[in-house]
Amino acid sequence: MKILGSEITPYKTYLNRRKFIKGSLASAMLATITSSAFANHDSDLSIYTKNLNENDKLNSYEEITTYNNFYEFGTHKKHPHLNSGNFKPRPWTIKIDGLVKKPQTFDLEKILSNVTIEDRVYRLRCVEAWSMVIPWQGFQLSELIKMAEPLSSAKYVQFVTVFRPEEMPGQQKRTIIWPYREGLRMDEAMNPLTILATGLYGHEMPNQNGAPIRLVVPWKYGFKSIKSIVEIRFLDTQPETSWETLAPWEYGFYANVNPNVNHPRWSQGTERRIGEFKRRETLMFNGYEKEVAHLYKDLDLTKFY
Amino acid sequence: MFSTRNFNRSKPVLFILILFPSLLWAYQFVTGNLGVNPIEKLMDELGLMALRLIIITLMITTLSNIKPLKSIVVLRRMIGLFAFYYVCLHFSTYIVLDHFLDMQFIVQDIIKRPFITFGFISFLFLIPLASTSTNNMIKRLGFKLWKKIHYLIYPVAILASMHFYVLVRADKTEPVIYMGIIILLLLHRIFKRLTRPQLAQ
Repeated sequence: MKILGSEITPYKTYLNRRKFIKGSLASAMLATITSSAFANHDSDLSIYTKNLNENDKLNSYEEITTYNNFYEFGTHKKHPHLNSGNFKPRPWTIKIDGLVKKPQTFDLEKILSNVTIEDRVYRLRCVEAWSMVIPWQGFQLSELIKMAEPLSSAKYVQFVTVFRPEEMPGQQKRTIIWPYREGLRMDEAMNPLTILATGLYGHEMPNQNGAPIRLVVPWKYGFKSIKSIVEIRFLDTQPETSWETLAPWEYGFYANVNPNVNHPRWSQGTERRIGEFKRRETLMFNGYEKEVAHLYKDLDLTKFY
Repeated sequence: MFSTRNFNRSKPVLFILILFPSLLWAYQFVTGNLGVNPIEKLMDELGLMALRLIIITLMITTLSNIKPLKSIVVLRRMIGLFAFYYVCLHFSTYIVLDHFLDMQFIVQDIIKRPFITFGFISFLFLIPLASTSTNNMIKRLGFKLWKKIHYLIYPVAILASMHFYVLVRADKTEPVIYMGIIILLLLHRIFKRLTRPQLAQ
């Protein structure tokens, strides 16, 4: 079988090159032989499936990239996929400010050369009561926080999404207050489960999923996992977050997945796993109770939802 | 000038046009062509169709005030019954496909979630409307009582649009447009009533 140059080209631009160097280069090359650009990764799932829980199945690349909540590109699930073609995720910088030793702006390339990209297969539970299982590539947020050198007075981390209404048509309308903002408590941000993801299924992060770099906090509702991050601020008070500002009676700062705390629109007791017919029970902290429950042992989760 | 006959003749075509989407969605659902979250998609499409048909029935009454379109009112019953048809499909998708007849869960959902409460009451109000939509029923009830029952279409429309409004998370443009149309149509009726020449008692 002949390998066309055009089929290999996209791989040159991979941000996740370290991952490939680290063992999957061969399978990635093999994959390019197949006609579809991503059929490749779907056909060699063993890299990801070994991290799977026995009740979980990976969602397909198509499911993960055509059904998104990313209001910067429109409010319908298919809008991010349809409207994100003009978004330019390169070059990219992240501004670090607030309570840090020295405010500075990092080139994404520079950040990536200082961290280890690894595979993380996580469940993603949306507040709208649907969920997916996604094979991310990324690095622990704690690694970047170490580079940022926050002061000991920093108790919270705030994240800000890029504001480019000319590339993100959803931002031309004031559906929410732009730019999108999210936040974590410092111990949540330092938790080993919390990652900054730069890819999925071995592809660099698709625009509709938050290119080039996004947060993934698997035990919280999806809206906490802010996309296309351009700024990270260290603060001593709890930061304002977008959904909480828009509808505080519906969305809290913590937004931990919790089947026992109901939301006025959606019961959080069950969820539909994309690709499955029957609903399944929602797990406390999205099934990551062992890893994160200790963070909240002194917190009334019905009050701090 | 369109005659009653003109409108009656258009009925078979309209019937097929309005029925068609439900058949298409059912087919797409069964063949797995309704996207990544088919149950949600099916429910959304059916509900939106029902709301639009409810608004169209209100519009027909208003349009029939325009002389040349007077006879359009003969289409109202069919479209109203189709609205009920789509509401039933929407509701049964929710009960059967979305929640698998888990009645305990569904009852809680209806009580606790305002948007579902609005939708459910709207559905309940539609039942007497649909079940009295025959000539025979008009005769049996008498036109006056029948008409009173059919005023229920106003709360039905308002509740249905609120059901949609509360459901939408951020960009409320579309539900607001529907609510706006409903309010305009209601205002027109009130205006007409107030300016109606008083008949001698």
